[in-house]
Amino acid sequence: MIILLLQQMLNGLQLGSVYALIALGYTMVYGILRLINFAHGDIFMISCYFGFFAACAFLSKGLPTWLAFIATMMVSMLLTALVAVLIERVAYKPLRYAPKVSAVITALGIGLFLENFTLATLGPTPRGMPALLPNVNYRLGPLSMSSVQILIIIISIVLMFLLDRVVQKTMTGMAMRAVSYDKTTASVMGVPVDKIISITFAIGSAVAGAGGVLYSLAYPIINPYMGVRIGWWAFIAAVIGGIGNVRGAMLGAYILAFVEVFTPMVLPSSTYRDFVAFTVLLIVLVVRPTGLMGRVTAQKV
Amino acid sequence: MGPKSRITLVLVLLGFALCIFIERSGLLSAYILQISMYVGINIILTLSLNLVNGYMGEFSVGHAGFMAIGAYVSSIITVRVFHNQMGPLVFPLAVIVAGIVAAATSFVVAFPSFRTRGDYLAIVTLAFNMIVKSVLENIDALGGPRGFMGMSRLTNLANVYAWCLITIYVVRNFVYSNFGRAVLSIREDEVASNLVSVNTRQMKIMVFLIASFFAGVAGGLFAHVMQFINPRSFAIQKSTDILVMVYLGGIGSIFGSVLGATVYTVLLELLRPLGVWRWVVGPIMLVVLMICRPTGIMGLKELSGLIPREEQVLKEKEGADVVTASD
Amino acid sequence: MSLLQIEGLTHFFGGLKAVSDFNLELANGEVVGLIGPNGAGKTTVFNLITGVYKPSRGRIRFDGHDLVGLQSCQIISMGIARTFQTIRLFRDLTVLDNVRLGHFAQARYGIRDALMRSAKFRDEEKRIKDKALELLEAFNLTRYAYVPAKALPYGEQRRLEIARALSSNPKLLLLDEPAAGMNPREIDELLERIAWLKDEFHLTIFLIEHQMRVVMGICERIAVLDFGETIAVGAPLEIQTDPRVLEAYLGKEVS
Ligand SMILES: Nc1ncnc2c1ncn2[C@@H]1O[C@H](COP(=O)(O)OP(=O)(O)OP(=O)(O)O)[C@@H](O)[C@H]1O
Ligand SMILES: [Mg+2]
Repeated sequence: MIILLLQQMLNGLQLGSVYALIALGYTMVYGILRLINFAHGDIFMISCYFGFFAACAFLSKGLPTWLAFIATMMVSMLLTALVAVLIERVAYKPLRYAPKVSAVITALGIGLFLENFTLATLGPTPRGMPALLPNVNYRLGPLSMSSVQILIIIISIVLMFLLDRVVQKTMTGMAMRAVSYDKTTASVMGVPVDKIISITFAIGSAVAGAGGVLYSLAYPIINPYMGVRIGWWAFIAAVIGGIGNVRGAMLGAYILAFVEVFTPMVLPSSTYRDFVAFTVLLIVLVVRPTGLMGRVTAQKV
Repeated sequence: MGPKSRITLVLVLLGFALCIFIERSGLLSAYILQISMYVGINIILTLSLNLVNGYMGEFSVGHAGFMAIGAYVSSIITVRVFHNQMGPLVFPLAVIVAGIVAAATSFVVAFPSFRTRGDYLAIVTLAFNMIVKSVLENIDALGGPRGFMGMSRLTNLANVYAWCLITIYVVRNFVYSNFGRAVLSIREDEVASNLVSVNTRQMKIMVFLIASFFAGVAGGLFAHVMQFINPRSFAIQKSTDILVMVYLGGIGSIFGSVLGATVYTVLLELLRPLGVWRWVVGPIMLVVLMICRPTGIMGLKELSGLIPREEQVLKEKEGADVVTASD
Repeated sequence: MSLLQIEGLTHFFGGLKAVSDFNLELANGEVVGLIGPNGAGKTTVFNLITGVYKPSRGRIRFDGHDLVGLQSCQIISMGIARTFQTIRLFRDLTVLDNVRLGHFAQARYGIRDALMRSAKFRDEEKRIKDKALELLEAFNLTRYAYVPAKALPYGEQRRLEIARALSSNPKLLLLDEPAAGMNPREIDELLERIAWLKDEFHLTIFLIEHQMRVVMGICERIAVLDFGETIAVGAPLEIQTDPRVLEAYLGKEVS
């Protein structure tokens, strides 16, 4: 029993790391634009396809797998960032001062567009991600873990750590926080608001791009609808943690991953996991309307 | 009864006659008949969501959840309780009960709306939608993810027409009353609204009750056109569709909702030859619409025929010294 | 007999003590001023009375009822109305609708009447509209009745806020810096209007003002706040010469 628990914790850690990478994108964009970027889950899906095509191309060129892995990561992160910045420029920027609902609906529309466009061009057949990493199983006593698992956890944590540093310590991060606090003042103070917003989209999506490659290595089935469920879960994670808060997103992601991993151990079937996740979300929102680590703002009268 | 209401009555009755005639005569193909019913059902859905999102200014993205409840409840009544007996008699009742049950569940959304607004309430409604779907998927007695079938085709054009009229009538009377003004004031400034004596909590409960009742009704009608439902029919995509119709037609406008639902439903049918690509064109249209005309076709305006007389003739009656908005 | 009784009213925003042990009684028909420098806690006192915030400590009694813990709309329906420091009209609603909204709690028809448009509904709506138009007439706003509130000039918006407040039939009117942004001529007009209001509608008035000059004319008593503390309560003349008030307003170097 204990062993099963530990084993599942390890799985939860792996899943949580991927969720965290995606949740970061939601939270960063929300932090800076106060916009729930409902298209983010589908941006993640796109990144999986980028990863897939890149991996196939590099492997067919005969690159050694580890080099192909690094190159695939790079390509996927870069292309995903490009797509996201393009979306921001074309669809969200014109709506920056429009009522917020318009922007949110646009985001929903972009998400559906990405999904259906992929479906129309690449078809519904799932693709299998080629193995880029040697899958060795290590045994630690009765516990088993794969090299992929370890790598995912390590890379994710390193990425998150770097991102946290960027937001907290660099000039760009400071500018992001300034824009998030007050766009008008920030621009008066000389912060290039448009550029910072694009950078935020780029970083958030690049991280999701990394998440996409890592996810498809662990669960190597890619289809146009995969972004829906994973996107929603990452989104819930961001909200539970307090959307807009980078560390909150990571916390939320791990909580949610554990919920997902442990639900089938308690409830009869794994189909209950959506139910449990959304119930957790509802409870958190009712008890703490701005999430676990979100700041509470009182309305001034 | 004034001359205007008499004309309205005659028109309504003529409409009924027309519905029954069309259905009996087989003048229109089964396909067009079916699309017409979808248009009607979508009008009900759009108008009811407009009450929440347009008039009250909340952002609900889980309307399909209420619809799902209505669809399943009505189907259980007609199939499991009455075993498809006495269909035409039982059906109206089943639809009403469906609406009531859907309305009862709206408290799940209404109570959180006391404390949160905007994005967070949107998330609550979203969670509601997902939970409903997930619960339905896990009830084996209702077919689980495979869905529920066995309904006879009890929904007909006259039925849909009647419910459309009822929805329009109720929403219009609600909007042009003390309550409606209160709901509009919540959209503008909730705190101030409370401070001019509007009981905002009571109003929110009322609006969610009405909106979810009609969503439930629409679900009941839908289930008995389709004769087959499954939890996926009421996923977040369905909610998004309803949202699109609301904002396409224009928020805060009854006629806008009628237009939005009609245009969107018909357009999607016309695009059918495009195959998968039609699902690509739809979202693009939505995005372009949001960027170019975020207030929708009607843009906060109302067809004057839908505004009660007491509310509209005043302008001319009360003297020439009245300043109008264009000044 | 006192209409409003405030005892030991204290409020914290996080660690900030915005109002500290505030005590005041308003008798029926009185006009009382509340003054103090920026951030003294004046608006917070109004917010506490009208239930926007729940006080950390203290009691507020109005007309024999305890107000603490009630919702704003309940408090307003008991007979308290207010205006806001920065105008908070329903900008997209018409001027008439703004005023009709004040009648919300008085409408004597239920949802069923509204949905069926019963005779009761129509009578009530007519009564509400007539009363609202009457009020607009009294405030010289009739010609704007069907214009969205945001289209009004600033001075008219201020007037409309007061009209809207009066539409809920209050006994006590709270005015938060009604003279803000007005020139001396407009201020004189406002003072006249307030005096008229008080008699016409049998009001008790509690009024926040930033500038001492303005309150001196119409207030029978004045309370002075500084950093949440009550530093003086008394007749205008006493206040004007109180050394602590001068210090709060003019800074230490003068005294
Ligand atoms: N919602 C709130 N959250 C946190 N602090 C608040 C809030 N409202 C007011 N404050 C603080 O409480 C103190 C008192 O504010 P208040 O608005 O009551 O002052 P005031 O006397 O009305 O000042 P002014 O003359 O500027 O209107 C100020 O320091 C203000 O910043
Ligand atoms: Mg103030």
